[in-house]
Amino acid sequence: MDDADVQRRSSGATMPAARRMTYAVAAGEALAACMRADARVVALGEDLGRGGVFGQYRSRAADGALVPLQREFGATRVIDTPISEANIMGAAVGMALAGLRPVAELRIVDFALCGMDELINQAAKNRFMFGGQGRVPLVVRMPIGIWSASAAQHSQSLEAWFAHIPGLVVVCPATPQDNHALLRMAIDSDDPVVYLEHKELWGLEGDVAPDVVVPLGRAQIARAGADLTIVTWSRTLHESLAAADALAAEGVGCEVVDLRTLWPWDRAAVLESCTKTRRLLVAHEAVQAAGFGAEIAASVAEELGPQCRIARIGAPRIPVGYSAPLEAESRVGAERIAAAARRLLQR
Amino acid sequence: MGSGPAGFSAGRRERLLALYRTMARIRAFEDAAEVASQGGVQAWGLEASATPALVRGPLHLSTGQEAVAAGVCANLRQTDLLTSTHRGHGHTLAKGADMTAMMCELYGRATGCNGGKGGSMHIADFSVGMLGANGVVAAGIPIATGAAHALKLMQREAIVACFFGDGAINRGPFLEGLNWAQVYALPVLFVCEDNRIAATTPTATMTAGEGAAARAQALALPVLQVDGNDVEAVDRAAAELVARVRGGTPALLHAITYRFKGHVSVDPGAYRDAAEVARAREGDPLLRVRTELAALDANGERTRIDADVQQEIAQALAAAAAAPWPEAGAAYEQVLDAGAGQWR
Repeated sequence: MDDADVQRRSSGATMPAARRMTYAVAAGEALAACMRADARVVALGEDLGRGGVFGQYRSRAADGALVPLQREFGATRVIDTPISEANIMGAAVGMALAGLRPVAELRIVDFALCGMDELINQAAKNRFMFGGQGRVPLVVRMPIGIWSASAAQHSQSLEAWFAHIPGLVVVCPATPQDNHALLRMAIDSDDPVVYLEHKELWGLEGDVAPDVVVPLGRAQIARAGADLTIVTWSRTLHESLAAADALAAEGVGCEVVDLRTLWPWDRAAVLESCTKTRRLLVAHEAVQAAGFGAEIAASVAEELGPQCRIARIGAPRIPVGYSAPLEAESRVGAERIAAAARRLLQR
Repeated sequence: MGSGPAGFSAGRRERLLALYRTMARIRAFEDAAEVASQGGVQAWGLEASATPALVRGPLHLSTGQEAVAAGVCANLRQTDLLTSTHRGHGHTLAKGADMTAMMCELYGRATGCNGGKGGSMHIADFSVGMLGANGVVAAGIPIATGAAHALKLMQREAIVACFFGDGAINRGPFLEGLNWAQVYALPVLFVCEDNRIAATTPTATMTAGEGAAARAQALALPVLQVDGNDVEAVDRAAAELVARVRGGTPALLHAITYRFKGHVSVDPGAYRDAAEVARAREGDPLLRVRTELAALDANGERTRIDADVQQEIAQALAAAAAAPWPEAGAAYEQVLDAGAGQWR
């Protein structure tokens, strides 16, 4: 953890000890903490009663067992729903307007596309278009990413879509600690938050301190370096760190910036790093064309001009294939990131 | 607003006068807005007027459909919630919104109920439980079910009334929302305001089966179908269904009515049979109430209502014309708390 970016809620005194847990359990624990603290927080979606399809709606009981949240909070607050994505999303908007703080589970982002009117035209516009009469304190969880040979309709990373929409916050946590801290922050927010966990990170273990505060819109310097800045988020953070290891062996110091929140995004942190290293590589799993990396690259080019050399790496503009050699074409792994970094350094 | 239709003629007289007042206010508002919108939309092959319209953009008028809004909302309380359609002025007025704030909104003024940010298509008054007109067909249905779900979880007494048109029953959220409401036994009254035309397409040509009522019956919702131009019939049916909804079951009211105007105010509706429109106008729901009121010897009160309404709409128009425009900076407000001030 970078102390500059992460503050403790209570300074000094007794801090709860960090515990080791997975990215999935970190989210479950965070949601449980929010539900204990605020009776208005409810969760709704398919298969929540048994703990969520990825086990991300479970928390650790006193005896150490992982139990579904529904056992503690009941079926009226952890709500199993029909396969009705539009109504899950739209009902969450109505719940929020009527005074609850819903966490809507859409299973995967690809399914969430069945509820886009409810998110884009309703949730995102409501506060503005009705002149501030209502608020939509809504968190929509819609996991992204290539996972388990799941092919074209279960593998997409669509964060750029949502970053394009005024009225939405977009969060892409990459670590168990951030999944705990950012989900709590998202639930606390009065804004509609699109919360994009990565399906290949569910089992990732890490230390999680339950009182860490990560403000929305604050990047983290995941690794310091002087020669090249890699801006990334979600699962590609880990590929970028592996690429930085490889480049370190070649004498190149990479600064890896985990954006964590795509909207609002931490322009200051990115510009500060790029001013220092004078080289920017943006790396993400989403399709490169019209990806959010383009926004970062263009912004840095506008601000820093020729004093910063810029490159992007993302997936080719092809659907994710099922067969391993086809799927591999869509993956933005450490080797590809390192190769892109070398090309940038040689330019 | 009373709590239910009265069975006795003295009560009936007062009830009908109250319903008439709501209907007359809606008609006056729609007529005034229509005039103010002339030249406002450059569509339907029309040339823009030399004089800029006072009300800009698409204006969907509910002229001819007033009995549905009045009859249903007469059975609602201020704490009840309501979701509406793109044709939502009538529902908003009937739910108790202020006519002047509404006209200011149509004029795009800072004093509008939405601060000029929504206009006709997004008219809303949360202070009376009116959660908004909506530019997307059927979009209010999931929102209404969610609001009802919240009311139930929070153990509030209130219910939700969810208005939508006949076109909405061919969108997925109609099925998802009705199923959802029934599965969780939510306090929501679905009101299909069936004006028999979806934008410019006759609904019957695009709808399989028997329409909203039949589809709701398939999901085992209590259903009533009424002549939506008979305000007393709407009032009675709404009272019966609202009582069931307050008891904890969703229900659907299928009210058959007729849209006198085109899809938007500058659409002459030339695609409809003139004889059909003429027949519908003979059955104008306001004229029907006037006939009933005359039979109840209530012409004096009715005339006073008409005078009140004319005064109210004149004041609303004058206030709207004199009201200030929003500051340009308001365009940047009420978007997000997170990253407020970050626009690019």
